[in-house]
Amino acid sequence: MDARGKTMRANRGQRRPGGGGHGPGGGAFERPTVKTTTILRRLWKYLYSFKWLLLLALILGVGGNLLALVGPKLSGYAIDAIAPGVGKVNFPDVYRYALLMIVFYLISSLFSYILAGLMIRLSRNVVYSMRRDAFNKLAELPVSFFDKHKTGDVISIISYDIDTVNASLSNDLVQMLTSLITVTGSFIMMMTISPKLMLVFAFTVPISILFTRYRSKRVRPLFSMRSSKLGEMNGFVEEYTGGMKTTKAYGREEVFVRRFDQKNEAATESNYQAECFASMTGPSVNFINNLSLALVSVFGALMYMMGGISLGSISSFVLYSRKFSGPINEFANIISELQSALAAAERVLRLIDEKPEPPDAVDSLELQDICGDVKLSEVSFGYDPDKIIIQNLSLNAPPGSLIAIVGPTGAGKTTIINLLMRFYDIQSGRISIDGHDIRELTRKSLRLSFTMVLQDTWLFHGTIFENIAYGKDDVTLEDVMRCARSARIHNYILSLPDGYNTVLSDNGVNLSKGQRQLLTIARAMLLDSRILVLDEATSNVDTQTERQIQSAMLSLMRGRTCFVIAHRLSTVQNADRILVVLDGSIAEQGSHDELMRQGGVYSELYNAQFEAI
Amino acid sequence: MVAIATFMADNPYSYGKAGSRMKTLYIYIKPHLRVMLLQFVVKFGGTIIELLLPWMLSTILDDIVPSGNMKKVYLWGGLMVLCSIFALLGNVIANRMSTKTSKKIIGKLRHDLFKKVSALSCRQTDTFTLPSLISRMTSDTYNAHQLVDRMQRLGVRAPILLLGGIIVTMLIEPVLTLVLIGTLPLLGLVIWYVSRKGIPMYTEAQSSLDKLVNKVQENMTGVRVIKALSKSEYEKGKFDEVNLELAKKEQRAGMLMALTNPAMNLLLNIGLTLVIVVGAFRVHGGFALPGKIIAFLSYFTIILNALMMVSRLFLIYTKGAASAKRIAEVLEAPEDIMTGDRDHKPGDYHIEFRDVCFSYNKIRSNILNLSFCIKRGETLGIIGPTGSGKSTIIQLLLRFYDPDAGEIRISGDKLSGIPPEELHGKFGVVFQNDFLYEDTIYENIDFGRMLSEKQIKKAAVTAQAAEFIAERQNGFQDILAVKGANLSGGQKQRILIARALAGNPEILILDDSSSALDYKTDAELRKMLKRDFSDTTTVIVAQRVSSIMYADKILVLDDAQVIGYGTHKELLFSCESYKEIYRVQMGVVG
Repeated sequence: MDARGKTMRANRGQRRPGGGGHGPGGGAFERPTVKTTTILRRLWKYLYSFKWLLLLALILGVGGNLLALVGPKLSGYAIDAIAPGVGKVNFPDVYRYALLMIVFYLISSLFSYILAGLMIRLSRNVVYSMRRDAFNKLAELPVSFFDKHKTGDVISIISYDIDTVNASLSNDLVQMLTSLITVTGSFIMMMTISPKLMLVFAFTVPISILFTRYRSKRVRPLFSMRSSKLGEMNGFVEEYTGGMKTTKAYGREEVFVRRFDQKNEAATESNYQAECFASMTGPSVNFINNLSLALVSVFGALMYMMGGISLGSISSFVLYSRKFSGPINEFANIISELQSALAAAERVLRLIDEKPEPPDAVDSLELQDICGDVKLSEVSFGYDPDKIIIQNLSLNAPPGSLIAIVGPTGAGKTTIINLLMRFYDIQSGRISIDGHDIRELTRKSLRLSFTMVLQDTWLFHGTIFENIAYGKDDVTLEDVMRCARSARIHNYILSLPDGYNTVLSDNGVNLSKGQRQLLTIARAMLLDSRILVLDEATSNVDTQTERQIQSAMLSLMRGRTCFVIAHRLSTVQNADRILVVLDGSIAEQGSHDELMRQGGVYSELYNAQFEAI
Repeated sequence: MVAIATFMADNPYSYGKAGSRMKTLYIYIKPHLRVMLLQFVVKFGGTIIELLLPWMLSTILDDIVPSGNMKKVYLWGGLMVLCSIFALLGNVIANRMSTKTSKKIIGKLRHDLFKKVSALSCRQTDTFTLPSLISRMTSDTYNAHQLVDRMQRLGVRAPILLLGGIIVTMLIEPVLTLVLIGTLPLLGLVIWYVSRKGIPMYTEAQSSLDKLVNKVQENMTGVRVIKALSKSEYEKGKFDEVNLELAKKEQRAGMLMALTNPAMNLLLNIGLTLVIVVGAFRVHGGFALPGKIIAFLSYFTIILNALMMVSRLFLIYTKGAASAKRIAEVLEAPEDIMTGDRDHKPGDYHIEFRDVCFSYNKIRSNILNLSFCIKRGETLGIIGPTGSGKSTIIQLLLRFYDPDAGEIRISGDKLSGIPPEELHGKFGVVFQNDFLYEDTIYENIDFGRMLSEKQIKKAAVTAQAAEFIAERQNGFQDILAVKGANLSGGQKQRILIARALAGNPEILILDDSSSALDYKTDAELRKMLKRDFSDTTTVIVAQRVSSIMYADKILVLDDAQVIGYGTHKELLFSCESYKEIYRVQMGVVG
């Protein structure tokens, strides 16, 4: 996924080639549009903190361009000084104007470099704060956001979209400003030289406006088509490579090559269509330039013959006319880029505007030194408020008790954990820890009173030491090693070249699923909270290793209130209470013996594992 | 997964020398050379005509105006308009042709690359790594496309404008041209300096951006852990570091690149001024006419633009060449699994492993002296800890890898002597976390084999999938989401098993593929297999004893070695580990 073209002007407008799996446009964030004025106002807020920089940039921009505009005029005077011809050249004038030209150009270039520097600084600051705001928001969003949105979408906002806004701020704004000055400036200059010659533009300007409108209407849909087809092809490639062994095993490579060919043809064809139009721009702009050159030559020559204009004036006029029609064509590009920047800014702002977890109540309690008495009374909950999946659930987990939650995969076993840790809030009823309603506690202290080991082992880019020590501050290597030893991963870690300092990265050490899980178990062992959540904690560990770490797991569980989500029924027989979850709701509740006596779902599941063929 | 990091250091597959990186791309370009030549001619014509315009202007001013012939002014003016139109047509046509050509070139290149990737051996795939193969097929072919496209357009136009501009000015006024040529090296120097310094800076910024993206990704996938441990503030700080680093690098690169335009403009304008001053002397001395100077000023602008194009081309080339090299590496990878001579040894066994040894990285053994034989219709169960080599046996049996020592035979034929089409026709396989794709359930089971509807429906019944498929909105025609995300784990496994069964395979391989099934469904499945596929030899890899305890032979592995081999009953007596697994999992004291 390194198709992130850098901010070279050359690649603008085509920056999102549907790279990797992240579809262009950020999918879920493509909702009703925010008013353009609102977006601009919000962007302005980012810019406003740099208002002095901005003002300076404005002054430099105007100044630099005005100075550059004087150039052709001066060169015209110089040519007039030459015009008398052989032996009659007015050298003092030539020298004077040449010197002035160099001075003006020098200052103008200096200005434009300082201006570019300022704009880069400015956009860097804005982009930095936007990325910071976006990420800080991510850190505060409720878990439900992450359950609903794809990682790729958010990444494409934080990288591509912010980058687009950045490019637009640093380039388009300056471009827009300079183009405006250049166009009006050259217009005025040409007017002072010869209003009659200006009639040429009455002919060429409408042509370029018509062409621009036609082009932007035709090209934009073609380009979005191109992105989506390319995205489809990339998606197919990603999907396919994931299953290459299977295709090999069945010898079906040809079938997938044929499927790929279709996607490939669609992608290259839409690219062809888009590029065909896009590649017309250059020649067309040149054509309009050349046309005005031809017209200026003819009319200029005619006027010169009638003595209405000097040779130097024609020269200046030609130079200005080149300056004049260039930006008019540029405008179309700038405007379409601004539009895509606005769309990008909108997605960024929408992310920043997402509702964070509501703040803790002012009088929230700090949960301290708890004993781990968890009570659920008449709890009802549904991810969708209209679809209640937990109805009046009551459960009592006294300190040190073991609660097991069983049921088939995908039945909704993690829902209860989501509620306990306030990843989601319940609709009615009450959950309490040591008698405190969890809604009256600070989220931080509530969550820190839990230790969890999840089925999805989460490790980050960092050393093994950092990964194990993640949950606790000021941890010594001894502590970490002790936990790794109990989790039976210590020897493996030592066998790595850098031991505990081995950096875990995507393309570095390849840990097996089991080893990753052992690392997260070691991480959990380092913590000393009173309530333990094990969500299929050993599902990726083989039986022997599981057996080996069992004593460690038992000591981890000892004295703590435990919520264990389990697949293997053998592990939960000793639980004080077993919740059986089916299709999202609680089907049964009771101890192993009670449930077996009841002869319901649990007993059926339990018996099935011993059933002979 | 295999720890391949260790031997990446002396990667045996890093083909392609730096010098020959474009050679592969050239092979694809070659068949289109004729069309490209035509394109070149059209483009050349269009561009040269454009170059004549300023010269025509000077002719009007210097030669025709003094003669006072108005008709001639119109004539030359008309000629200029005509030339503009020709230039427009020539360039548009040439651009279209080149877009078409690059479409063809890249279409073919992508096709071949995809095909080659499909044909890579598993060892090669491991070495390249999947993410790298994906980016070679996606972003690298995209960059190559840009390269081919731009090179054909700008790559032709820029040199013509540059050289043509110099030649035309030479013809008009050689001395002034020298002034112009004098400034060129300075302009070149600016381009060279900026590109040389700038490209590494952008590469650095790119890697910081990768870090930033990685941080976001981590935080999104680990949101529960981070929130549970209340590490949000810490993560914010970490992100800020990366963010700041990226912003700094981007600024550094940006500041350098921003130098290009002002510097080049300045040089150009100084050149212009010099032209005027030198021109003054020439006119004074009677060697030149004032109109020439005006034309010169226009040529100067054209040549400068051409230089800008060259600097842009340089960037495109650098990026494209790196991509072309990465593509070439894959295309040039040699075929490393070949079919040898047929080697048949009669016997009654369907699958035979004799003293097989294998190691992925050639350092640590993954399979050591493995021998077993099973007859047609029998079931082999394989059990053992993660990393003990269970799946490796499957990979060897499918000849994804060749064993380092020993031999493997199917029906008496040595594996290396069976052509791949024949070999792979024998199997029905379900891997761990196997591949489902965005298509109908029917297609996912059929898997491009054109099986009959009856076969597919029957397989679904056997695999215990028929019931839930029927409950879906469109039954077999229901479209699966990417990776089958709209199915539960157990449903996915059942569809995959149906796929394996549908081809009525000689050998059925189930690699930990019933782990998400509840015990009841698992038992039902085994019952059906016994009934409907009694002729099929089955190899089951499992973590659950209950999935393999009824197999005819059970292989107990630990750390690449066999520590038990026999039936369930035998193993309960002979194999301590097996007994232990059984006791723990079934909660029975044995």
